Amino acid sequence: MKGLAVAAGLVAILFVANGLLSGSLIGGVSISPYFLQVICLAGINITLAVSLNLINGFTGQFSIGHAGFMAIGAYSSAYFTVTFGDRLRAPLSFLPEFGQQGVLLLVGLAIAAVLAAIAGFIVGVPSLRLRGDYLAIVTLGFGEIIRVSILNIDAVGGARGFSGIPRLANFFWIYLFAAATILVVYRVVHSSFGRTLVAIREDEIAAEAMGVHTTRAKVISFVVSSAMAGIAGGLFAHFLMYINPNSFTFLKSFEIIIMIVIGGLGSITGSVLGAVLFISLTEGLREFAQYRMILFSLLLIVIMIVRPQGILGHREFVTFLTRRRRSIGEAPGTTGNN
Amino acid sequence: MPILSLSRVTMRFGGLVAVNELDLAIEKSQLYGLIGPNGAGKTTVFNVITGVYTPTSGGITFESASIEGERCGRITRRGIARTFQNIRLFSEMSVLDNVKVAFDCRQATTLTTAVLRTPKHRAEEARVDAESRELLKIFKLDHLADERAKNLPYGSQRRLEIARAMATAPRLLLLDEPAAGMNPHESNELMDLIRWVRDHFGMAVLLVEHNMKVVMGICEKVHVLDYGSTIAIGPPAEIQKNPKVIEAYLGGA
Repeated sequence: MKGLAVAAGLVAILFVANGLLSGSLIGGVSISPYFLQVICLAGINITLAVSLNLINGFTGQFSIGHAGFMAIGAYSSAYFTVTFGDRLRAPLSFLPEFGQQGVLLLVGLAIAAVLAAIAGFIVGVPSLRLRGDYLAIVTLGFGEIIRVSILNIDAVGGARGFSGIPRLANFFWIYLFAAATILVVYRVVHSSFGRTLVAIREDEIAAEAMGVHTTRAKVISFVVSSAMAGIAGGLFAHFLMYINPNSFTFLKSFEIIIMIVIGGLGSITGSVLGAVLFISLTEGLREFAQYRMILFSLLLIVIMIVRPQGILGHREFVTFLTRRRRSIGEAPGTTGNN
Repeated sequence: MPILSLSRVTMRFGGLVAVNELDLAIEKSQLYGLIGPNGAGKTTVFNVITGVYTPTSGGITFESASIEGERCGRITRRGIARTFQNIRLFSEMSVLDNVKVAFDCRQATTLTTAVLRTPKHRAEEARVDAESRELLKIFKLDHLADERAKNLPYGSQRRLEIARAMATAPRLLLLDEPAAGMNPHESNELMDLIRWVRDHFGMAVLLVEHNMKVVMGICEKVHVLDYGSTIAIGPPAEIQKNPKVIEAYLGGA
């Protein structure tokens, strides 16, 4: 029951924040649309980064095709709302406008999640049965296959892009799903199943020898991660109202990897931090757009040299702070000897 | 009726015959020692029993079920646990979590119960936590429960590996050189520990060890391998006098 109260509180806060930010709650009180858009894209990036961290950071299986799953989610949900939106709305006409929109969005996102999960299963089963870097190679190829396929499907606009998507997602929905993603990943990681995932990352042979069904665990983790990427894609499509295959190149996958590497592989709060940091830098450096990728490469190199485990490492923000404090009070030589 | 029996097991790697037509039988709650010079095929025997390798030929029976060729994890769930010659702990995880992972193979929680945090899930987590701490206490590691496994001293890491293997509730425990790198005091403690664990939990132990003091001190039966073939089986006192064993270790006169 406490959980329900917290959830209701969160929904209320997001709802009010949404009203305040967009100016629909109090006339004249709002932030610039540009800034609101940046905040919303940051929320989508948080969902992407946290979900990718489940497979890359906690399970230790390197996936570099997250944009592919995002594309599946974006295109499938957009196709659904554009084609069947009105038919679904008709029986819902008794609901207020935002209620109709909400139902439509949720159905679209459910489709996005299911299709991305199915794709994740198809990709994951053969490549995760093996140990090593096979998943990285397969997902890299998969992402490109998805992009090129979409490029050649005329029903969703092909290379022209898919326009005319209704604007169903807003600050409220984006951050609701970002919070849900964080909650789900947190609970998965802090459960017996999560422990087996981390054990696989640490030593797959030992994990198998301890009776862990490693292939099954890896596939489940990958499918969950893919489904979340699909949801992020659905939100992305219904927020920008226009999607283009070029939004889902492997560069997009790498952006998400940069976020989690900066923040710390295996840290949920690290991923959030990485996502926010990444979008702040991208937007802040808009004037120097042509040098942006150079700066990111430099940033990545510096982090790899100075702090290879990422800003927060394996730890979460809270334990990061408490650990710091404790280690100052300890006698020299008693802390970590890695 | 032996708990584990190998009949004519052969393991070939290309032209190399690592294990040749090996017959081996371990009785219930027996302390069985497997020794031999370097390269005799002891670790290969371990890997064949635990499913890391599928034997080239021959049969392995555990509790009257044929297990050769099964996956490693499945064999563990059947009741065979092992430790590794080169320690393989989950080094970034806490000592407590290392043990908990091994409990998970007997746990009835799923992903959905974990996400929803159902009462059953919480109860299960609490039970695993309590049992893991209990196990750590037996192995005198309870005061280190929250420490990361990689920060433990060597001897404690060895003990933790055994504790982790015990968490899978095995009827047969395979120890691959548990005394390697231990000082005489630590290996004495280890001998007491292995004996105590066997008496307490009643499982059989298959021990590979180079430290003869440990092998001769605790094993009830010793099996000597050389170049993948059995050269002697018997109680420790007999093995020590066996001319073939002396020759294999020291070379012919």
